[in-house]
Amino acid sequence: MDDHGFWLFLTILGQCLLVMVVVLVSLAFLLYMDRKVWAAVQLRKGPNVVGPFGLLQSFADFLKFVMKEIVVPAGADRAVFLLAPMLTFVLASIAWVAIPFAEGWVISDMNVGILYLFAISSLGVYGVIMGGWAGNSKYPFLGGLRSAAQMVSYEVSIGFVIVCVLLMVGSLNLTDIVLAQDGAGVFSWFFLKQPVIFIVFFISALAETNRPPFDLPEAESELVAGYQVEYSSTPYLLFMIGEYMNIVMMCALTTILFFGGWLSPIGVGHGLFWFVLKVVFFFFMFAMVKAIVPRYRYDQLMRLGWKVFLPLSLAFVVLTAAWMKIFDVTPWAYSEDAYEKGRGAAIVSAPLVTPEPVLQEDL
Amino acid sequence: MQAVAFYMFSIVAVIAGTLVVFARNPVHSVLWLILAFFSTAGLFVMMGAEFLAMLLMIIYVGAVAVLFLFVVMMLDIDFAELRGRVAQYLPLGLAIGVILVIQLSVGFAAWTGMEQENIEPGAVYGMTNAHALGSVVYTRYVYAFQAAGLILLVAMVGAIVLTLRHREGVKKQNVLEQMYRDPQTAVELKDVRPGQSL
Repeated sequence: MDDHGFWLFLTILGQCLLVMVVVLVSLAFLLYMDRKVWAAVQLRKGPNVVGPFGLLQSFADFLKFVMKEIVVPAGADRAVFLLAPMLTFVLASIAWVAIPFAEGWVISDMNVGILYLFAISSLGVYGVIMGGWAGNSKYPFLGGLRSAAQMVSYEVSIGFVIVCVLLMVGSLNLTDIVLAQDGAGVFSWFFLKQPVIFIVFFISALAETNRPPFDLPEAESELVAGYQVEYSSTPYLLFMIGEYMNIVMMCALTTILFFGGWLSPIGVGHGLFWFVLKVVFFFFMFAMVKAIVPRYRYDQLMRLGWKVFLPLSLAFVVLTAAWMKIFDVTPWAYSEDAYEKGRGAAIVSAPLVTPEPVLQEDL
Repeated sequence: MQAVAFYMFSIVAVIAGTLVVFARNPVHSVLWLILAFFSTAGLFVMMGAEFLAMLLMIIYVGAVAVLFLFVVMMLDIDFAELRGRVAQYLPLGLAIGVILVIQLSVGFAAWTGMEQENIEPGAVYGMTNAHALGSVVYTRYVYAFQAAGLILLVAMVGAIVLTLRHREGVKKQNVLEQMYRDPQTAVELKDVRPGQSL
């Protein structure tokens, strides 16, 4: 490895560490916020003992979890049992590598950023299934099975929602998706152009992250705590941090796809501030939903996913494509704006310029 | 650096693939299979085919393998008993393996498309993976693409037809019916005299 490559490696390592530390520390306060919002809706005070206004509650919880003993149930598959929470945590953290916090503030500006996030979030189900199975116990197993069905179902509609946005942007790059919403401030953000799709995405995000009203994998009142029953101490902590990281990631994804990422609503003064503000706002919405909406029954959850969201999002893919075809709307990546910003797609005048295929003549 | 990553991914893929077959516990087999998929995705990324890598992760790891795991976890089969009959199935398995190896080697020996056509879309046109794939799949190979889609559709419809059963006496929730219920149709007022029943 040459000198340049070494420094590049160190820079990327530093960026990753920075993002991890910032995300984890803000997570501590978001957790506090979640509990405070929940408490406020129920006319309670919420955490208010540790530190001023209870601000340090999450850190106290962290210490408590770490100090406890790790209990592995007898008859559990030890390796898988301990692997599951680690997998959840690692998957939740590596997703942040593709999130653009502001223009150019992204560790990996990859061409397939949105697909990467989609892939990582769909892998999150393994932590839950493995954790549920490895404990060798009934309630976790039921939780794991429910979660497998639930997350696979809602991924489908999330996929179609993403396709709708991609049709308008013409690029899989997350930075491009945000830049495509630049222009007339709040009026060019995608949630105004695709309001139905935005609502479908928000609700699917709730289901994908196992948040109430779709928290059937955990369902305290029927499955004790679902796949987390047998977990204690640090493994449980990893599960919980991973879960909340996924939630914040989904908030960030909503912000990027529909609310213009780091763009300011008045059209000037774009920056990190707006991104953080929007993510916190969506986290607040997640907390409010948790506080207000009662839990779905399993058949209702499946009905909503397969019979309502799937046809709806599929119809909107067709509608969006038809609208763009009929009114001859060019995707953003082919617009002048994109080329001015140096992010336009390569123009292919003749897609068939490669010589005639040798082996495919009979097709 | 590239070579190191390549060998790492390939070795992990091969070892994981072997363990899929030799793992004692079927759930472990599926988990090793997932690791093999993952390493293959890594190899795709190294070839510059990041779009394919992500699709592999989403479809195979995120959906297909989840269903495998789902089914394997629910199965109640005595695997020790099955294992005892390995010798019985060994010749058949070996025959299939040998045929596969021969087919693949013949196929790859005859395959010279890459060099002749010099298909390196990203390098040639400065296009991203998705653009390059789309510009070929929806133009030159559109019939093959549609045929593949049709086959999948037929398979899906077939699976649904095979498993769909209408059973009597199953409680179902009709949300619209519930929402349009009102006191006029749902509640009936009866005048019950003292000492009498309905």
